[in-house]
Amino acid sequence: MQLFPCPFCGSRDETEFHYGGDAGNIRPDGAEVPIDRWADYLYLRTNPKGTAREIWVHMNCGEFFVMERDTVTHKVLSSAALGGEHAA
Amino acid sequence: MTASRLATGGSAIDRSRPIRFSFDGATVHGYAGDTIASALLAGDVAVVGRSFKYHRPRGIWSAGVEEPNALVDVGGSVPTTPNTRATTEPARDGLVARSVNAAPSALADRNAFLDRFARFIPAAFYYKTFMWPDWHRFEPRIRAMAGLGKVDAGWTSAGTADQINHHCDVLVVGAGPAGLAAVRLASGAGLSVMLVDDQPKPGGSLGHRAGEIDGKPAAAWIAETVAELAAAGQLILPSTTAFGIYDHNLVGLNQRHCDGRPDTLWRVRPRQIVLATGAIERPLPFANNDLPGIMSADAALAYLRRHAVLVGRRIVLATNNDSAYEVATALAEVGADVTLVDIRRDGTPPTPANVGLVKGRALTSATGKLRVDGVTLDDGTRLGTDCVLISGGWTPTIHLFGQAKGKLAWSEARAAFLPGDPVDGIAVAGAAAGAVSLSEVFAGAGNAVTSSGQKKAAIPHSTGLEATGGITAAWPMPGSKGRIWIDYQNDVTVKDVELAARENFVSVEHLKRYTTLGMATDQGKTSNLPGLALMAGITGRTVPEVGTTTYRPPFTPVPLASFAGARVGELMAPVRRLPLETIHRANGAVFQEYGGWLRPAHYGGNADAERSIADEARRARQSVALFDGSTLGKIEVIGPQAAAFVDFLYYNTMSTLKPGRCRYGFMLSENGVVFDDGVLVRLDEQRFVVSCSSSHVAAVHARLEEWRQDRFGRGAVYIHNATSDMATLTVSGPNARKLLETLDLGLSLDDSDLPHMAVGHGTYAGDEVRVARVSFTGDRSYEISIRADRAEPLWAQLRRAGQAFDVVVIGLEALMILRAEKGFIVIGKDTDGTTLPHDLGVDGPRAKRQSEFVGRRSLFTEEAARDNRMQLVGLAVPQGEAPLATGAHGIKRIDGGLRSQGFVTSSYQSPTLGRPVALGLIERGAARHGETIEIQHLGKIRTATIAPPCAFDPAGDRLHA
Ligand SMILES: [Zn+2]
Repeated sequence: MQLFPCPFCGSRDETEFHYGGDAGNIRPDGAEVPIDRWADYLYLRTNPKGTAREIWVHMNCGEFFVMERDTVTHKVLSSAALGGEHAA
Repeated sequence: MTASRLATGGSAIDRSRPIRFSFDGATVHGYAGDTIASALLAGDVAVVGRSFKYHRPRGIWSAGVEEPNALVDVGGSVPTTPNTRATTEPARDGLVARSVNAAPSALADRNAFLDRFARFIPAAFYYKTFMWPDWHRFEPRIRAMAGLGKVDAGWTSAGTADQINHHCDVLVVGAGPAGLAAVRLASGAGLSVMLVDDQPKPGGSLGHRAGEIDGKPAAAWIAETVAELAAAGQLILPSTTAFGIYDHNLVGLNQRHCDGRPDTLWRVRPRQIVLATGAIERPLPFANNDLPGIMSADAALAYLRRHAVLVGRRIVLATNNDSAYEVATALAEVGADVTLVDIRRDGTPPTPANVGLVKGRALTSATGKLRVDGVTLDDGTRLGTDCVLISGGWTPTIHLFGQAKGKLAWSEARAAFLPGDPVDGIAVAGAAAGAVSLSEVFAGAGNAVTSSGQKKAAIPHSTGLEATGGITAAWPMPGSKGRIWIDYQNDVTVKDVELAARENFVSVEHLKRYTTLGMATDQGKTSNLPGLALMAGITGRTVPEVGTTTYRPPFTPVPLASFAGARVGELMAPVRRLPLETIHRANGAVFQEYGGWLRPAHYGGNADAERSIADEARRARQSVALFDGSTLGKIEVIGPQAAAFVDFLYYNTMSTLKPGRCRYGFMLSENGVVFDDGVLVRLDEQRFVVSCSSSHVAAVHARLEEWRQDRFGRGAVYIHNATSDMATLTVSGPNARKLLETLDLGLSLDDSDLPHMAVGHGTYAGDEVRVARVSFTGDRSYEISIRADRAEPLWAQLRRAGQAFDVVVIGLEALMILRAEKGFIVIGKDTDGTTLPHDLGVDGPRAKRQSEFVGRRSLFTEEAARDNRMQLVGLAVPQGEAPLATGAHGIKRIDGGLRSQGFVTSSYQSPTLGRPVALGLIERGAARHGETIEIQHLGKIRTATIAPPCAFDPAGDRLHA
């Protein structure tokens, strides 16, 4: 059972979290987006061995955040609130 | 008599408390403090079980968790449990123990003949033999013969298992000398400590091995240490096994109680873990080394000193290391005739008094039928005996270290794998780290604790007899004569490993699976290392080159009830309940679970449910119906960008909605598939209410939050899930308005003030109510939302006032009929994971919308434009026929074969129309109204005519009637 640091609630059991996808998988807007680009956004995942930047959500408080962790050692390297960097 | 109880001694037993239990129907006597195994040995019971495959007679090998042979089902005065280890299970008065894999008893097993066919059933015999014509023809018989203990089908739990979460600075696993020293140091340094040990009493090997610590006998040092820990308020759990280390050093503990309570599961998060888990003695390879009466030497010493049981009179003790010498000495002291056979010629300890020592010799075979009666040495010497003790060296118990992904390092000097590179937060001490002497153990324990950075307390000083670590490896050799067992429980011999190597299953993981080496309930605690050392010998590799299999939890079996804890019965998957549930029950509602909610399926009790449902659906169309729609989602979207937000989330443009109005729409997934449908209410410029499907509330809420936080930002919108804050009572039918007019809701019900798809605000008994003209029945409907805790009087008044209109209270089943008559869909029932909005006939936004929305790009793909997509249709059957089966396939005939062209998604008998109505997804269905197709279900073919989805009041006049 991994411990994940929610930026709002602190260290909690992994069962309280849901995975939200790769961080930085920016959504391309528009009906004209090239289909390959759209398919990449929908389906292509980096699945890195080692350091991964991922979006997670803490189900208890409902906050999404960015977490960096090592997919081999399961060490958590950092976690930070989204901070609205994609805000429109 | 060969094995017997001595008149005095035994540190674990209480001779003032005799007990009696049964084994395979015979009475066994013992004392409190005995294990089942020690009492059986005291009663000279040699055969305690049968092996898994060949049904060979087997005796007790060990005195601990590694036991491969002595498995028993227990019951009687203790909770029924299959496959417990007799070596760790306490003997209790009135306990009933049965051997496993044997019938009628271990001694007289009727499948013992199988051993005579052993040469025909080697490793992988099943894989090779039962393939033709079909494994399933053989499976029932093989399964009946295999398997260990019997499950008691009538078993009921004595209560739910407790689960305890615990935090501490240091968790020490193992209360032997290393663990006690470590815990004492940590406690002295002011740390909070937890000490767990799988034995009933702390002490570990000090319970039967000699030792003098800080000038005191070991027992006194243990008592002093335990008293000191108790005084410091430290937590000591005996009879508790650390069975697993999980991610981020979570440790799982299985605590056993001797009072009939279910085991307790502990989940411990220590800052530091000290593994002082000891070591397990290995067997030696010689022919028939599995005969009853052949036992671990250390176990014999444990039975002698803990239980005052002498395991034999004429004992041959075979060894390759120094630890057996103390055993030989102790047995000779109590009068046994002991011959010590040491494989080593040089470097052996002094010969113990009154012990015959044969140096430089090994055993090659043993003889005997139901008990060993002699051995042959490699020079041909034959020795008569009634008990053969074996010490083949020590395998450190590093399972937990391995589970924590610790790498192992091979030690040639110790002939064992030891912990390799350190793992964060985990230290290994004592025999588990390869230590042999007490001084070595204590030094290691000191390092284990000081590595946490705390001040160093005094390390205990061993002043007694010092063990030495000398060992000469004696692994099973290829080409050996006779049947030499490696894995006792799964009947894996040297020949089986050789066969695996010949057939190229040389990787350790393949070896394991091909021969089942180490896959029995003991998980190869005594057999894995000899097995892979043999594979190394066969293939000309070193032991570390062969490597070990992966260590996985649990170290010893853990009851499933421990993991379930309180999550049993209704608590396993709790349902959500309506605020008016008790009222509905009093009115004869029959409840069912729908999408996680417990809701009335229909009223009128269980008898003749179908007629009740049909009556409710018919009467709802005649006058007026009441329906509890409280489960409907009510998620508020509030804020300056609320309109832009709902525009993005919905397929339909929502920002053009006027305050006080509602609009039906779809939410899509990014892949374009319809995810949810429902009505959006605009309360004011900056405030909307998302009425999503009852079963989708949590998922829709999560998706709103995700887009809010990821795309819009915290200041733009705020989302509040108010679903359970309010009850929603629905009034539907031609007389709905007349019924509402009898209530004073403080708002105008005039159709110009409150038209269809509008929302109004009023009060009832002082509480605000929201009245929405939204219809899922096709009739004039009002959804009244009120504080959940104030809904009851409103519901009661609606029912009372409704009597004048012949009101009917309807359940969800009737509502399903009403909406199907209208062709209204239920997402996930009338759609699947490929349904796009235009498949449902809603193409407008796709064609016209210029602004961005979730799933937009996916509506303009080749797949989305495919001209043979499955589309929503109605399906009508010929006059007088029964409803179609839901799930039945529309079929077409191609080249003489049948091919699906869609399926029936909803199907009901409509009491109002007097005929069946059905919805379906059919290829190109929207353009095929009027066409008759074939429908197949369970091999039968019928016909149905494709129709528009709406079968009742297609013009929608009743909404305004
Ligand atoms: Zn949180």
